[in-house]
Amino acid sequence: MTPLRAVGIAGYGAYVPRWRVATADISAAWRPRGAAAPAVVEKSVPGPDEDVITMAIEAARTALDRARLDPRAIGAIWVGTESKPYAVKPSATVVAEALGITPNVVAADMEFACKAGSEAMQAAVAFVGAGMVGAALAIGMDTAQSKPGDALEYTAGCGGAAYLFGPAGDALAVVEASVSHVTDTPDFFRREGAAYPEHGGRFTGEPSYFKHTLAASRRLLEELGAAPGDFAHAVFHQPVPKFVEKAAAELGFTREQIRVGLVAKRMGNAYAGSSLLGLAAVLDIARAGDRVFFCSYGSGAGSDAFAFRVTDRIESRREGPAVADYLDQGRRVSGYGQYLQLKGKIRRS
Amino acid sequence: MRNVYIVGVGQTPVGEHWDRGLRELGASAVRDAMADARVERAGALYVGNMMGGCLNGQENVATLLADAAGLLPIEAWKVEAACASGGAAVRAAALAVGSGAHDVAIAVGVEKMTDGMPETVTAGLATAADQDFEASHGLSFVALSALLMRRYMHETGCSREAFAPFAVNAHANGVTNAKAMFREEITAEEFTRSPIVASPIGILDAAPVCDGAAAVVVCSDDALRGHHKPVRVAASAVATATIDLASREDILTLAAAATSAAKVYEKARLGPKDIDLFEAHDAFTIITALSLEACGFARRGEALAIAAKGCIGRDGGCVPLSTFGGLKARGHPVGASGAYQIVEAALQLRGEAGANQVPGARRALTQSIGGHGSVAVTHVLES
Amino acid sequence: MDLARYHRLRSAYYRLEGQRCTSCQAIQFPPRTACRICRERSLEPHRLSGRGIVYSHAEVAQAPRGFAAPYVVALVKLEEGLLLTAQLTDVEPEDVVIGLPAEMVTRRLQEHGPHGYLVYGYKFRPVLHRRKAS
Repeated sequence: MTPLRAVGIAGYGAYVPRWRVATADISAAWRPRGAAAPAVVEKSVPGPDEDVITMAIEAARTALDRARLDPRAIGAIWVGTESKPYAVKPSATVVAEALGITPNVVAADMEFACKAGSEAMQAAVAFVGAGMVGAALAIGMDTAQSKPGDALEYTAGCGGAAYLFGPAGDALAVVEASVSHVTDTPDFFRREGAAYPEHGGRFTGEPSYFKHTLAASRRLLEELGAAPGDFAHAVFHQPVPKFVEKAAAELGFTREQIRVGLVAKRMGNAYAGSSLLGLAAVLDIARAGDRVFFCSYGSGAGSDAFAFRVTDRIESRREGPAVADYLDQGRRVSGYGQYLQLKGKIRRS
Repeated sequence: MRNVYIVGVGQTPVGEHWDRGLRELGASAVRDAMADARVERAGALYVGNMMGGCLNGQENVATLLADAAGLLPIEAWKVEAACASGGAAVRAAALAVGSGAHDVAIAVGVEKMTDGMPETVTAGLATAADQDFEASHGLSFVALSALLMRRYMHETGCSREAFAPFAVNAHANGVTNAKAMFREEITAEEFTRSPIVASPIGILDAAPVCDGAAAVVVCSDDALRGHHKPVRVAASAVATATIDLASREDILTLAAAATSAAKVYEKARLGPKDIDLFEAHDAFTIITALSLEACGFARRGEALAIAAKGCIGRDGGCVPLSTFGGLKARGHPVGASGAYQIVEAALQLRGEAGANQVPGARRALTQSIGGHGSVAVTHVLES
Repeated sequence: MDLARYHRLRSAYYRLEGQRCTSCQAIQFPPRTACRICRERSLEPHRLSGRGIVYSHAEVAQAPRGFAAPYVVALVKLEEGLLLTAQLTDVEPEDVVIGLPAEMVTRRLQEHGPHGYLVYGYKFRPVLHRRKAS
């Protein structure tokens, strides 16, 4: 898919909270000694005064600062997340108010599990590409929740990124094309009112993550007439590092191509924020002329694949905190107990 | 303005009164003051109270007390100026008599704090602060004092220990005050080791949560009788400053306290050197220090030095402070404290302070402060 | 706080919007009906930079209802010269010193129970990323 008018990223911003919990501490609570080491060493945890709204505001502010455009040009904002502070009441309106872009703005929250952020990106590209708005914000952000003792608890992390899309002529990275590959596949879900999500174990692998990621990626490459080797970097949704490495290998991307975007190794899986954070990490070091391949995955299920081409404006649009700045400020919580308290998993009444 | 005289005083003990509520405490102090003055009726009743509404669910407190004390249909209304409500009620009574509106008026300060859970009382006290820009950000009353104390320590280079004399002095004076909540001495060592409540403020820097009521009867020259031992209200004044600490020109200057003190000094034609005792608003040791500086007893940054030298002691001090224990040891039922200060100063000037007597006391300064210096009510009393 | 009051405060809470007096150019926060310096009523909205240093600080152990201790509060001296009262976040109490450079972030200030509404507003944290001189 390509819009009628060329669209690009005018500015981007990331956010990862400073708290970390060691997965070894989680393991000690639930697993026998000698159990296999968890897939990531530590994951990010939201502080007691943080949620998707506060994190989205910070990422969006960075994106806006970098874009150097008049905030009033932003005509749309979507927040993609599966950990909305309110089940009913948009997060996007709070972000819009905080940025000072109300009231002439389209705003809503989106849900498609871990691809809600890239879903927002598709919509933002479309609004700008159709000429409906001068600029549109797409945010993917999560404070992912997981059942105590479940496999997901070892990887469910927290964070995300914001992308301000505008005309390609002023962009730091141009959108070449995007595709979306969607089926009804119930690999992971959460019922209304349930505190924790459920998942299908190994069903989340081949028939879910890999099927959609590979299909969307191959279709995009075909549409573009491109080969994996044409790209400097490739970013995928990151439930665990092994999934990314396997998908990349299947498609023909090398370990070096996926290295920078594989942020999960340092912070776990930020769900709707995961692939967007990986993309931000790539943009933090990308050079003019680099092509960047991107493919998200969201349970339910689907994948959004995008191809970007970095412009020579990138160098001057990177001031402010990089993903590495957020990752480097990590501080360990005192243990599994403090982690449970921060994540609201302890019933107090 | 006509002369105004205090001719009757009454006070309940300060403490946790499980068996007495707002009306019982207030009415008994009123009747005790009237009995002391030997008056059967008065022209008006002014009730100082800060948290009747938010803690006790009771507004219209003056009507409540007038009714409970058997004074209906007396003119009565509540006076509220945060923790200076008691002092403000006395000012209202003095204005009523001084202006000629009434010949006899009663002022009572009353507060009932101990029924509520700690977080409710803390929230209640925070209503004196700026709701939108202090309380709603989690600033408790103690935290605001802690901000002042830390900045003071930073600018003067002094330590926490240097504040000890204020607490030690207050507790020493509380020992012989039968109405005081705390009647045991503390040492400087205990002060230094006391648990921290909001760093750098420790438990012994702060006045307690408690209940109490204190009342005075004031009257004009015409209403004086032979049995009275009148104490003249030589001057009273009220001044305000910004409600939020952050908006002050200089947070370490209690401008409202300084302005109201300057006004009473001018009206009474005297200065700090003429004052024989000072009932300061010693809710926190930092406020005591800043009050001394605001009222001209010490230069900026030097309050701790004069306390260390022994200036604040009852015997031979240059400015005896908290002579009955102050807010710190006698207690601080917030809306009542300003009235307790007046009662205690009057007892001193009558020569009826017993073991707490400041020898030869003739002029007393009392200062009741609301919020963190956002409103100050200052009186000079003369025997 | 009531919903309606929270709604009235949103430009101050979300965007640190104070006022500039068009008569004497003084900047003030919180907003007022009149200029705190010249007392004129000629005021226009003015967004503060959100950058400053810690002027004083305290750790709250006994929180008022609706807040969960312990947390740190501070007076922050902003670039504009004003002082502002706020919670500090993302910092260990022992690392807070007078003079610490701080920046504004938007965080949850209050949660009115698991079914009640959330209040978002400004807090300050140690500066995360030093801007390179351009």
